[in-house]
Amino acid sequence: MAYVAHDESAYVPPAEVEEVELYHPKTFIGKYIWSQDAKVIAIQYSITAIGVGLVALVLSGIMRLQLGYPNTFSFIDPSNYLQFVTMHGMIMVIYLLTALFLGGFGNYLIPLMVGARDMVFPYVNMVSYWVYLFAVLLLMASFFVPGGPTGSGWTLYPPQAILEGTPGASWGIILMLVSLAFFIVGFTMGGLNYVVTVLQARTRGMTMMRLPLTVWGIFMATILALLAFPALFVSCIMMTLDSLLGTSFFMPAIVSMGQQLDYGGGSPILFQHLFWFFGHPEVYIVALPAFGIVSDLISVHARKNIFGYRMMVWAILAIGALSLVVWAHHMYVSGMNPYFGFFFAITTLVIAIPTAIKVYNWVLTLWRGNIHLTVPMLFAIGFVFTFINGGLTGLFLGNVTVDLPLSDTMFVVAHFHMVMAVAPIMVVFGAIYHWYPKITGRMLNDTLGKFHFWATFLGSYAIYYPMHYLGFLGVPRRYYAMGNTDFIPESAQSLNAGITIAALIVGAIQLVFLYNLVWSYFKGKPSGGNPWGATTLEWQTPDTPPKHGNFGPTLPVVYRWAYDYSVPGVDEDFIPQNQPPSQKTRGLEET
Amino acid sequence: MTIALVVGAVIMAAVVGWLLRLTLNTKPWIEQQHPIENVRGDRALSLPPVKVGLGVFLAVATSLFALFISAYFMRRMGADWTTLADPMVLWWNTALLILGSIYFQRARTAAQRGQIDGVKVGLLAGGAFTFAFLAGQLWAWQQLNASGFYLATNPASDFFYLLTALHGLHLLGGLWVWGRTTAKVWRGFEVADVRLSVELCTVYWHFLLVVWLILFGLLLST
Repeated sequence: MAYVAHDESAYVPPAEVEEVELYHPKTFIGKYIWSQDAKVIAIQYSITAIGVGLVALVLSGIMRLQLGYPNTFSFIDPSNYLQFVTMHGMIMVIYLLTALFLGGFGNYLIPLMVGARDMVFPYVNMVSYWVYLFAVLLLMASFFVPGGPTGSGWTLYPPQAILEGTPGASWGIILMLVSLAFFIVGFTMGGLNYVVTVLQARTRGMTMMRLPLTVWGIFMATILALLAFPALFVSCIMMTLDSLLGTSFFMPAIVSMGQQLDYGGGSPILFQHLFWFFGHPEVYIVALPAFGIVSDLISVHARKNIFGYRMMVWAILAIGALSLVVWAHHMYVSGMNPYFGFFFAITTLVIAIPTAIKVYNWVLTLWRGNIHLTVPMLFAIGFVFTFINGGLTGLFLGNVTVDLPLSDTMFVVAHFHMVMAVAPIMVVFGAIYHWYPKITGRMLNDTLGKFHFWATFLGSYAIYYPMHYLGFLGVPRRYYAMGNTDFIPESAQSLNAGITIAALIVGAIQLVFLYNLVWSYFKGKPSGGNPWGATTLEWQTPDTPPKHGNFGPTLPVVYRWAYDYSVPGVDEDFIPQNQPPSQKTRGLEET
Repeated sequence: MTIALVVGAVIMAAVVGWLLRLTLNTKPWIEQQHPIENVRGDRALSLPPVKVGLGVFLAVATSLFALFISAYFMRRMGADWTTLADPMVLWWNTALLILGSIYFQRARTAAQRGQIDGVKVGLLAGGAFTFAFLAGQLWAWQQLNASGFYLATNPASDFFYLLTALHGLHLLGGLWVWGRTTAKVWRGFEVADVRLSVELCTVYWHFLLVVWLILFGLLLST
């Protein structure tokens, strides 16, 4: 540790940052409904995202029932099975994870962590949420229109997505495309806020390199999303036109149900390129915030500075940049030039380097740390395990020759659920257990939390480990029923039944978590302002939960990075970012 | 998709390069590396947030147009693509939009010098030329329609309508801000109050002019 002598000049007067004029509402509606306070917007985003995520969870339960016990449930037919698959995927990836990480955690944590009173454009931020809600409602409406929601798979590949015979080809697909377009518009409004707030509204002393890694992760993910989401927007518009006005952007000449359609010359591959130009960065749009948050959770709960902070930042930058040039690894089977496949395999595998750096750094942060096995820490460690598992199967699928036989099998399902579903959701849970005390002023129940962790963690492995094996056997994904497939042994069905039981149990256990959220809000142990002894600014607010404006009359001044844990010679095992050096070293001189 | 790839890579390289410059050579774990006064030395901080906001938005719009252009190039390889006889009026429209940009530039210069009259003239003329451009674009649609190319006749005309509509919508969004700024000027606000808005409008108009020139070149070349 660098020893710094007591130095009066180190004291710096606060409030160099221009005071922001905040809109202070008087009424209940102004405070909680049409709110411009980023924290309220964050909670609105989170509740909506979790609500719609529960719908998707139920859908996955129904899918599992069909896979585990085919021909048992009369309410599942091939059409609505496909519809459930589609809606489950799209909701989870876009409307839950993207919205929760960026709209939820981004809104809550960015202003607090950088020491700002609010986002820089609070009004736009508010509109962002309402546009998001509208997008969600449009999507939900598709359950109630003639034909139901689209059943084209979450990738919405044309031509089948808009052809008669695919469920929801008339109304459902249009609602899906329009809803996505609205989601992107809403996200862009929010995204502008996140980026500009990080760049422009940092408090005095908060350099980019003193930002907590959570902010770095969300910041880079937002930049990535702002560049990648337009690709989805473009494909949505062009497919809507193909479907409604009969243009042929994506639609080739085609005979459907014995009839020659008016389409001709369009390129379905073009859609795949556009979709995956968005679709692959989307993985990192979800993963980067998770990386950032988990770094902070591990550091706080191991009472140790994060290992290799600068490497962590550069790894985030590298992953963000590389993820724009790997998209075609989702299209190995669509018939591409082998040299193309080679290029994309290389870029895909290269991403393993910065990701591995991050994994090593997490583990090295834990190494000889003062590990507190709190619930957030359990989830953080659970994430590291799961992410390594999912990452390793990614190396299989990134290779063209290995991908070809595994493509469209359960192996792929297992891979991306490990890396993109279980891993991020571990972080979501960890983060909620970690920041819930700041949001409500009360701790979540610890026993319920530990039960929730172990059941979810072990349960997820019971679901997804066997699924890899099913993939090796050649069990295809997206199929309603196997039919007569000689190459798949009978035992695969028993395995499927087992997976279903595990899935239903894990799904049901999430109710414990919801119960904990509600119960603790009223009855939880009061937490105080900084229950974990964390250094970052959100834990140093005068009020818990923080009031509108976050920091009382003067903004904090930042004197140090976010990871001063267990500094030798200091009484407490953490030094808040806003504590001046003179105060810290005074203790040192006296002892 | 090469175009989208290159544009995305260039924007990303710029962002990452800039961030790397900020992060190299700093050792945040060493307390008080710099005196705190200099700690905020990141240069972007001296800009007003709306300006940075506009910059970020322009990056998003660049990505959007680049992707459309990529799609255009890919689809153009289809056998059913017919060459379009582009309406002559597009040349006049281009001239109008250039004039619009010139007048916005004059408004910006006047705003910097504190001349409210110059701002008024620049804004009014710039707005008028933009409206004229949009009217001209509608006329171009009319002509294309008259020559038998509707939306969904041929991919070439599909893209023509789509790209011009997208560009026009961006201009309409700009005109909304323009309207608010002009109304402010008329209600007697000081130059200092509108200087930033005028500047942002000008940057946005130049951006859309460049986009139009690229799109026009594209439409002409095929």
